[in-house]
Amino acid sequence: MVQKESESILRPNWQDVRFGNIFPKAGTATRYKTGDWRSERPIVDREKCNKCGLCWLYCPDGAMEILEDGYYEPDLYHCKGCGICANICAKKAITMREEGA
Amino acid sequence: MSKRVPLEGSFAAAEAARMADVDVIAAYPITPQSHIIERLADFVANGELNAAYIPVESEHSAMSACWGASGAGARTFTATASQGFFLMHEVLYFVAGMRLPVVMTVANRAVGPPTNIWGDHSDAMSARDTGWIQIFAANNQEIFDFVLSCFRFCEDPRVLLPAMVHLDGFTLSHVVEPVILPEQEEVNRFLPKYQHPYVYDTDKPMSYGIVMSPDTYAEVKKAQDITLRESKEVILQAWKEFGDIFGRYYSPIEGYRSQGAKTLLMSTGALSETAKVAIDRKRDRGEDVGLLTLHLWRPFPFQELYEALKDAETLIVFDRSISLGGPGGPIISEVKSALFDRRRDIKFAGLVGALCGRNPSVEQFEEIIDRGREIAEKGSSEVLETIGIRG
Repeated sequence: MVQKESESILRPNWQDVRFGNIFPKAGTATRYKTGDWRSERPIVDREKCNKCGLCWLYCPDGAMEILEDGYYEPDLYHCKGCGICANICAKKAITMREEGA
Repeated sequence: MSKRVPLEGSFAAAEAARMADVDVIAAYPITPQSHIIERLADFVANGELNAAYIPVESEHSAMSACWGASGAGARTFTATASQGFFLMHEVLYFVAGMRLPVVMTVANRAVGPPTNIWGDHSDAMSARDTGWIQIFAANNQEIFDFVLSCFRFCEDPRVLLPAMVHLDGFTLSHVVEPVILPEQEEVNRFLPKYQHPYVYDTDKPMSYGIVMSPDTYAEVKKAQDITLRESKEVILQAWKEFGDIFGRYYSPIEGYRSQGAKTLLMSTGALSETAKVAIDRKRDRGEDVGLLTLHLWRPFPFQELYEALKDAETLIVFDRSISLGGPGGPIISEVKSALFDRRRDIKFAGLVGALCGRNPSVEQFEEIIDRGREIAEKGSSEVLETIGIRG
């Protein structure tokens, strides 16, 4: 009825997805890799960063992580490279670098 | 004992929701359905119905609130019409796709422009492909009976789909007719408690409405289509049990003096009641005609249509909505398409009329049958034939 959590998630038959829009677990979006959508990645300059946390607050995907030393780094498995963090940073400590450049 | 009381169609709908003991009503007023939700607001305010009544700021919010309430395990009801119905259009797909048994009455009204408030089926037809079960009532008793029975089959674990009961604006919504109201105990016997297998529960979190890729979307849509088609058997079963308890039996296509008739008129909604008188007059004059009233619009009753047409040679479909630039009205084109598969021998005519409350008289229904027969015999140069329109 509800999708079984197995290989069949990726290529189910219609009989397996009668309640196809319901998935029997919560928080499953974290397993969905969106990092490969990115064309640019944020680079944090620790010399300029004052650990204010604006990038963490504004990231629409919750992809900015707080490190133990209080600095911030993008979670590149999920970061889509939108650049909001770089745009909002008051200290201009984040720059976007083209992937593969 | 059941009792026979005078009720306008709107109040019949509200009584059915009250006797079904709905838990949540989320609605926004619009003519000609407002009496339905006003009556329900009275019931809640007077303590005659223990339900949460959510007055929202738009129909989009009304249907969104119904979605949340139904998913949380509440028996949920709403009503709308015309432009308001359009405003909830996006959410209609979600409620069906999320497999939620919301029941809604639509007091059918024409669609602007021109700005209007009067009845036809243009609003209903816009929701044809939303995945809802759709039923047309022809009188106030049917409004009560269909709303009540909808809760039964919509909440059945084999179905879990929403349904809309269409009732003609003003012609039914504002007209008083005798309606037989059952005993609460009989209703309770017919209607078990609503239980959704995947109810929203913070102790058992799940993901609802997840993103689906090109690899999975089509399978989910096919499953939804099969579920809606298969719901017909459950509807038939529920109507059989309804009849056994309440003494009134319903079918997807109701025949009136149609047995063995060579010419059949098909109509939908309240106008069928007028058409019946036209059929009587023609029968009195020895004409071999009968009437089919289409009650179940979705899932479309293909099998019942073929059975109803067993002995027919000519079929005239009368449609209360216009498909601009298309092959007629939606019912005309779907019935014609069904005939193409199985009954190409039937002579066919489709006529569009009765738009925006211009309800045909008995005499005009006789003309509809005569003109339909003429088109069916001789053909027509028009793709879309209208009747009762000047010029």
